[in-house]
Amino acid sequence: MPFMPVKFNLQKRVKLAQGLWMIYWLSVIVGILLFSLGIFFKIELRKRSEMMDNNESHLVPNLLILVGLLACGVNAFGGKVCHDSLDPIKFAKWKPMLKPFLLLCCGFNALLLLTALLCFLMQFAVYLTLAEGLKNSIKFYKDTDTPGRCFMKRTLDLTQIEFRCCGNNNFRDWFEVQWISNRYLDMSNDLVKDRVLSNVEGKYLMDSVPFSCCNPGSPRPCIQHHLTNNSAHYDYDHRIEELNIWTRGCREALFSYFSSMMTSIGTCVLLVFLSVDMAGLKYLTTALETMEDPENPECESDGWLLEKGVKETFGDLLAKLKTLGKTNQVVEGGDAPEAAN
Amino acid sequence: MVVMKMKFPFEKRVKLAQGLWLLSWCATVAGAFTFSLGCILKTELRRRAEVMDNSDVHVVPNTLMIVGLASLGINYFASKVCQDALDAGRFPRWKKMLKPYFAVSCFFTVLMLLAVIMSYAMKGSLESSLKVGLRNGIRFYKDTDTPGRCFQKQNIDRLQMEFQCCGNTDFKDWFEFQWISNRYLDFSSKEVKDRIKSNVDGRYLVDGVPFSCCNPSSPRPCIQSQLTNDSAHYNYEYQTEELNIYLRGCREALVNYYMGLMNTIGAGVLSVFLLQASVLVSLRFLQTAMEAVEGNENTEIETEGYLLEKSVKETVMEYINPVMKFLMLKNQVEEGTPGNPEIPTDVNVKPGLF
Repeated sequence: MPFMPVKFNLQKRVKLAQGLWMIYWLSVIVGILLFSLGIFFKIELRKRSEMMDNNESHLVPNLLILVGLLACGVNAFGGKVCHDSLDPIKFAKWKPMLKPFLLLCCGFNALLLLTALLCFLMQFAVYLTLAEGLKNSIKFYKDTDTPGRCFMKRTLDLTQIEFRCCGNNNFRDWFEVQWISNRYLDMSNDLVKDRVLSNVEGKYLMDSVPFSCCNPGSPRPCIQHHLTNNSAHYDYDHRIEELNIWTRGCREALFSYFSSMMTSIGTCVLLVFLSVDMAGLKYLTTALETMEDPENPECESDGWLLEKGVKETFGDLLAKLKTLGKTNQVVEGGDAPEAAN
Repeated sequence: MVVMKMKFPFEKRVKLAQGLWLLSWCATVAGAFTFSLGCILKTELRRRAEVMDNSDVHVVPNTLMIVGLASLGINYFASKVCQDALDAGRFPRWKKMLKPYFAVSCFFTVLMLLAVIMSYAMKGSLESSLKVGLRNGIRFYKDTDTPGRCFQKQNIDRLQMEFQCCGNTDFKDWFEFQWISNRYLDFSSKEVKDRIKSNVDGRYLVDGVPFSCCNPSSPRPCIQSQLTNDSAHYNYEYQTEELNIYLRGCREALVNYYMGLMNTIGAGVLSVFLLQASVLVSLRFLQTAMEAVEGNENTEIETEGYLLEKSVKETVMEYINPVMKFLMLKNQVEEGTPGNPEIPTDVNVKPGLF
C-alpha cells in the first residue's frame, strides 16, 4: 500500500516538474544567501576578536559557509534533474542517481537542523568569551607600548563609541583597573604617590572613565573624572545623573548584537529546510517511473512518497541493516561473505 | 551639406534596429540607476543639513533625479519606435512625434552633462555653506535647552566622532566660543568670574575642546582641557602633540567626503550620458534610413542614413529661428512698425525633413 499516493496525468506532471524546477532554483539563491551570511558572520567575529580574547570559536560561520555551498550544489543538481525529467531520453541517465541523491538530501536536511541548533546554542559560548575578553581588554587598555596590545586602547574606545557602552558590566569596572599608563603619571607628585600607595598592588586607581564612555546626548559637557564626587562639579549628583556617560556594559551590548545576528541566521537556516523539495522530487520520479506506456507521454500514472507504508518501510530498513551487520562477520573456513542486497 | 552620411543595406538596418532595442533597454536601466544615484546624493546631503547654511548644492541631486526620470521615458519611447521601425506600415505613425522628441531628449542629455559639470563647480558654494553652518553649530553647541537647538550638541559631537575632525577650520575654533552652558558654571567661583571678566562679551572661554574631538588612536588618555598649558599635564608639549585630538577641521573633512561622493557619482553619470547619446544617434540613423524606404514597394533596398540633413549651424538656426521670430514679433507689436526679420526663407520649405 503506497504511502500518500496521488494520480498524475500529463498536465499535472508538467506542472509539478515546472514548479519543482522553480523551487530548486529559488533554493539555490537561498543557498547563496546562507553562504554570504556565513561570510558576514565570520567577518564580524574577526572584527571583534580582540574583545573576545582571540579565543572565539568559528564553528558556526564555517558550518554556514559549508552548508551554503552544499545547498547550492544539491539544489542545482535537483533543478537539472527536474529540467530533464519530461524528456524520457535525458531522464534515463539521471535515474540511477536519484536514490542516492534523495538520501543525500536527507543527510543535508539533518545538517541544516544541526546548524540551526548550533546557531541558537553557541550564543552561550559567545557570552562567556565576551566576559573574559572584555575583562582582559580593560586590563590591557593602558599598554599602548606593549607589542601585541598596542591597539587595544583604540579598539576598546571605538567599540565603546560604536556600541554605546562603558566597561564590562558597567562603568565601575574602570574604577578597578589602572587605565592610565605609568609613562604619563608624574611619580614625583604627592597626589600620585598617595594614590599609588593607597592600594595593595600599587595601582593608580581613580573614579574616572575614558572619553569613549561619554554620551553625546548629554545636555552638559561630559564629566569623566571624579565621577563619584558630587562637590567636584557644579550642580552634579552622581546618583541621579543618567545621560552623562553610557550606563550599559559592553558585554551586554555586544552580546545582544551577536545574539540577534545568530538568532536571525538560525531562523533563516530553518526556512531553507528542504522537505518540500524532497517530497516533490519523490512524487515526480515515481510518477515518471510508473507510466504504463513509456511511448505515450499522455498516459496517467501514480506517484507516491513511499512504496510501502511507513511502518513497513522502516521494518525493511532495519532488516537491511541487520543483514549488513551479519554479512560483515568473517566466516572462518574461507567462505566469502555474501554481498548485501 | 549632410552630416555623417552612412549606407544602410537591409541587413544592417535590421541589425541596427535590434541593437538599438537592446541598447535602449540598457539605457532605461541606466536611467533608473541615475535616478537612484540622485536619491543617494540627496539623502547624504540631507543627513548633514544641520551644518549647512543653504541648500544651493541640492541642485545637483535634483537635476540627476529629473534627468533619470526623463531618460526612463525617452528610452522607453526609443525602444517602442525601433520595435516598429522595420515594419513599413507601422513606422509612419511615429513620424510626427520624432522632431519634438529629439529636441526634448537632446535637452535632457545635455542636462545630464551639465549636472556632472555642476557637481564640480558647486564645491565653492558647498564650502561656504558649511563654513557658516559649522560656525553656527559651534556657537549653539551649549544651547541644549533652547527649542530648535536642543540637538545641536549631539549632532556636532556625532559629526566630529564620525568624520574624525574637530571644529570648523581646526580645533582652535572651540577656544573662541563659549561651549559650556551657563547652567553648569558656578558663578560664585572666583575662577569663573575672572574668565568672564577677561573678555568684552562676558563669555566663559576656555582653551579646551569637547570630548568628541578626542582621537582614540592616541597612546595616552585624552587631554581635552588646558590644551595650550604644557605645565598642566605631565610629559605634554602642545606644539608637538599630534595624536591627542583630531587636528583636521570638520569643514575640510565634509568637503572631501562630499567631493569624493560626487566624483564617483559623476563618473557613473558620464557613462550613462555616453550610453544615452549613442541611443539617440542610433535612433536618428534608423529613422533617416527608414524614411528613404517609405513609399517603396521593395522594403529591402539599400538606403542612406544621416545625422543632420544640413550642416550643424543651419540646423541650430532652424531650431532657434522660430523662437527668435516669436520674440521679434513681440518686439514688432511693441514698436508699432512692421519689422523685417532676417529669416532665411528656404528653411521650412523642404518637405520630408521630418
